[in-house]
Amino acid sequence: MLATNYRGPFRVRVDQKPYPEIMHPDDAIVRVTRSCICGSDLHLYHGLVPDTRVGMTFGHEFIGVVEEIGSGVTKLKVGDNVMVPFNIACGKCAFCKQELYGNCHESNSQATAVGGIFGYSHTAGGYDGGQAEYVRVPYANVGPTVIPEGMDPDDAVLLTDVVPTGYQAAEMGGIQKGDTVVIFGAGPIGIMAAKCSWLFGAGRVIVIDHLEYRLEFVRNYANCEAYNFRSLEDPVVFIKKTTDWMGADVCIDAVGGDAAGNTMQTITGRKLLLQAGSATALHWAINAVKKGGIVSIVGVYGPTDNLVPIGNVVNKGITIRANQASVKRLLPKLIEHVQAGRLNPKGIITHRVPLEEAADAYHIFSAKLDNCIKPILIPPTART
Amino acid sequence: MDADPKNDPTYPIKKRTNEEHKGYTWERPTQQFVDIEVLHSNERPNVTAVFGTSTPPSGLSGIIRRYAFKFSENHYGHWLPLILADRINVMEGIVDDLKRGHIPNIFAERGWNAEWKYNRKAAVTKIAAGLALTALIVLKISKKSK
Repeated sequence: MLATNYRGPFRVRVDQKPYPEIMHPDDAIVRVTRSCICGSDLHLYHGLVPDTRVGMTFGHEFIGVVEEIGSGVTKLKVGDNVMVPFNIACGKCAFCKQELYGNCHESNSQATAVGGIFGYSHTAGGYDGGQAEYVRVPYANVGPTVIPEGMDPDDAVLLTDVVPTGYQAAEMGGIQKGDTVVIFGAGPIGIMAAKCSWLFGAGRVIVIDHLEYRLEFVRNYANCEAYNFRSLEDPVVFIKKTTDWMGADVCIDAVGGDAAGNTMQTITGRKLLLQAGSATALHWAINAVKKGGIVSIVGVYGPTDNLVPIGNVVNKGITIRANQASVKRLLPKLIEHVQAGRLNPKGIITHRVPLEEAADAYHIFSAKLDNCIKPILIPPTART
Repeated sequence: MDADPKNDPTYPIKKRTNEEHKGYTWERPTQQFVDIEVLHSNERPNVTAVFGTSTPPSGLSGIIRRYAFKFSENHYGHWLPLILADRINVMEGIVDDLKRGHIPNIFAERGWNAEWKYNRKAAVTKIAAGLALTALIVLKISKKSK
């Protein structure tokens, strides 16, 4: 089968690889019909995540058709069209029982800080991902959800990560009616977080980025304010000034370790890897939120350390909330939002690329070429 | 008596039940048969019930990865060797390709088709800079050899 093959930082190709096998009674094999490249895949692609091994297949956002099931799978049958949450979760451990499906304790041997994630390095369990024609899906009774009849597959594939992560970013912000929410990053997650902030009753939503085409997109898509930090002398002062010099009620870091905007952070975080990615967005979020405010982090950082103004967190009495999205917990609610037309996930897809051209898609997304917001990969088996 | 679940900073992400507070036990899922080398964090006692089977450790990078897993996730001794192993693994990947008779098309792997299509000016600049640098190196070497 065809599958992406990581060869090193900024290098990916598509090769023939062996068809995946059932390795556990609760496994399923899914024939992929759509997969996305996620902004967090770029952290892998850029070589920022430790224990990213050459030869791995990336891809944690995908949907497909169940081709094979293990002897213990009772909730799916061959032929089901399923969306597969990016979290690999057992549904039985103490964390899964609390619906913390992103923190499953039975899916990632290599690190205790994160549960298993498809195609996301050995630090997230060493599973091959869905940027392929077929993929092994563990715990098939827990994660995969049958796509409701009539749902557009393009909407469904974005419900495996982008929409839940954007939604949970807003949810973790504890947004109260009328709150001012500032989102750092106008990538797919930031765009979705802006859209979802309104669902929680935000009174004002502001997005900060440096790419004009993305700012223009989010203004229209999420009906919010959007500003280019390159044209602001200091984004933190700008936020203070525009909130009666108080700061935002809620700040969301939707960028993570690939953030631009601060030379020192860029050099130490992205070039020299002396910290776990550039923490510029988080730095700004902490300094731009009001005293007693909430900072919600969904941007992905590596597992080591980052330079952030932790003293200001203490002195301002800030609450920081962060997690990988608990996709399974959120899916019922989000499916309802999509079906009711309150969320239009497929509206962010800008590029449809054959799986065979994944290397180009990665480069387009990484270098922000051709006004790229969200690329999806279509395997040949799904094109016939 | 003053505890308010809604005042928990993890609310509403963590679904609180009193059950979990009595102790953390659960019926472990069936263990996946361990027939490949799976490195596991020393912050847990065992391999998880399921695990990924992509790219087990091998070669020099594998030796470094095994060393890294002697240290906990709390320790630089864990993460820095893993980053080093990743970089060495890139070289191993090129050697493996060549051993299999495959010359990696690094330009294609880096998405240069897209660069040429959507960012031609930058592509031309990069190619020109590369050629100039190569010419300079060749010139220096040829001067030295004379």
